[in-house]
Amino acid sequence: MRIELTTQQENDREGFRAFVDSRVVPQADLMDQQEQTPRDLIDEMAKRGYLGAVLPKEFGGAGMDAITCGILYEEIGRGCSSLRSLLTVHHMVATAILKWGSKIQKEYLLPRLASGAMIAAFGLSEPEAGSDAASVQTTAVLRGDSYVLKGTKKWITYGQIADLFLIFARCDEQPTAFLVERTRPGFSTRAISGMLGVRGSMLAELRLEDCVIPKDNLVCRVGLGISHVAGTALDLGRYSVACGCVGIAQACLDASLDYTSKRWQFGSYLKDHQLIQQMITGMVTNTKAARLLCYHAGSLRDSRDPRAIMETSIAKYFASTTATRVANDAVQVHGANGCSNDYPVQRYARDARIMEIIEGSTQIQQINIARDAYDAR
Amino acid sequence: METDRTRIKAFLSRKVKNHDLRDHENIFAMGFVNSLFAMQLVLFLEKEFGITVENEDLEIENFQTVNAIANLVESKRLQPV
Repeated sequence: MRIELTTQQENDREGFRAFVDSRVVPQADLMDQQEQTPRDLIDEMAKRGYLGAVLPKEFGGAGMDAITCGILYEEIGRGCSSLRSLLTVHHMVATAILKWGSKIQKEYLLPRLASGAMIAAFGLSEPEAGSDAASVQTTAVLRGDSYVLKGTKKWITYGQIADLFLIFARCDEQPTAFLVERTRPGFSTRAISGMLGVRGSMLAELRLEDCVIPKDNLVCRVGLGISHVAGTALDLGRYSVACGCVGIAQACLDASLDYTSKRWQFGSYLKDHQLIQQMITGMVTNTKAARLLCYHAGSLRDSRDPRAIMETSIAKYFASTTATRVANDAVQVHGANGCSNDYPVQRYARDARIMEIIEGSTQIQQINIARDAYDAR
Repeated sequence: METDRTRIKAFLSRKVKNHDLRDHENIFAMGFVNSLFAMQLVLFLEKEFGITVENEDLEIENFQTVNAIANLVESKRLQPV
């Protein structure tokens, strides 16, 4: 067994890292404070092929392997979790269409998603439906050649700017997936602000008020919206969040190494105090462990191994809880400075907290991982 | 076909505990199929048999029994690429 990146993957990491250090890191705190993502940054990611990273070249994508995508999520996540969230939801929708979309949906939408001509968002959560995804209350009724959608979606990442939404609704009492363009009559969005973390991710509430879409906007089949369409999307979402959490943890470690090498207390640098070293050791070890779990999941994903689904859950669980712990320690190491806007660790801590809730909460991962462990006996 | 059935049964038996799964038994009626397992089954079939499960294959009848899944695999193999 060799756990080693290829030369190409190492080179790609360098490219992602250079982009993040020069273009993302300098803007990340401002994005957090202004609760916005600059359009030119999204356009630049599109130009670099990041929006089409998960799509094959035949659809205009970059055709990256899963490990390279994971490195992309980690590096973008190291700079800004909001921007990484954009990749997450955009890729979730693209992946779901790639796997379960009709030929027409693939041919028309995928090149546009790959180029960034369209930004996609994932519309599952509702005011009364979170972890219990199958309980969505939004309805879809077939009328002639159209579906009429009615309901409200909440906490939709980049819902303020997305052009295309993958919406889950009950159709004939069965969970079903639909594609809804922003321009459809009866569709509107309302910005959500003041969130704890990932504040630049331009959340929105979506309102579908007798929103009429063509019958052909159905994705997959009636009744398979959660099990297959959302299942495919959320699996990718968990992977990207896991890798993004490794990025948060690495950013916390980098900031803490830097701060403790400069901060002088009790007659020496903080880095010379053993209780600080203890926290740094925890950060180093857990960040590396989380990264290895992500690489393992990525390797299984590349070989289309059915174990990839559970290994991705494990990576997401470990990486997100690690990010929270590491970020808490990073704030602790920074003291009062870590609680202020002058240092990014407070942002990392707030962002990390969100990672334990999205794409399957920590508790949902625990349920699934434990069940799988019993099944494996 | 017989080998296919054996491989399919081996995969399903991870979920079906303390029960000798028969080729015609309805796995949905046994109550262990959830959305995670549905995705794992798709990945298993694609990797194990080198096929691609597509929209049109997602009839519930294609996945209800070991026999049905084996028939789906066989029909996918016979499809022109």
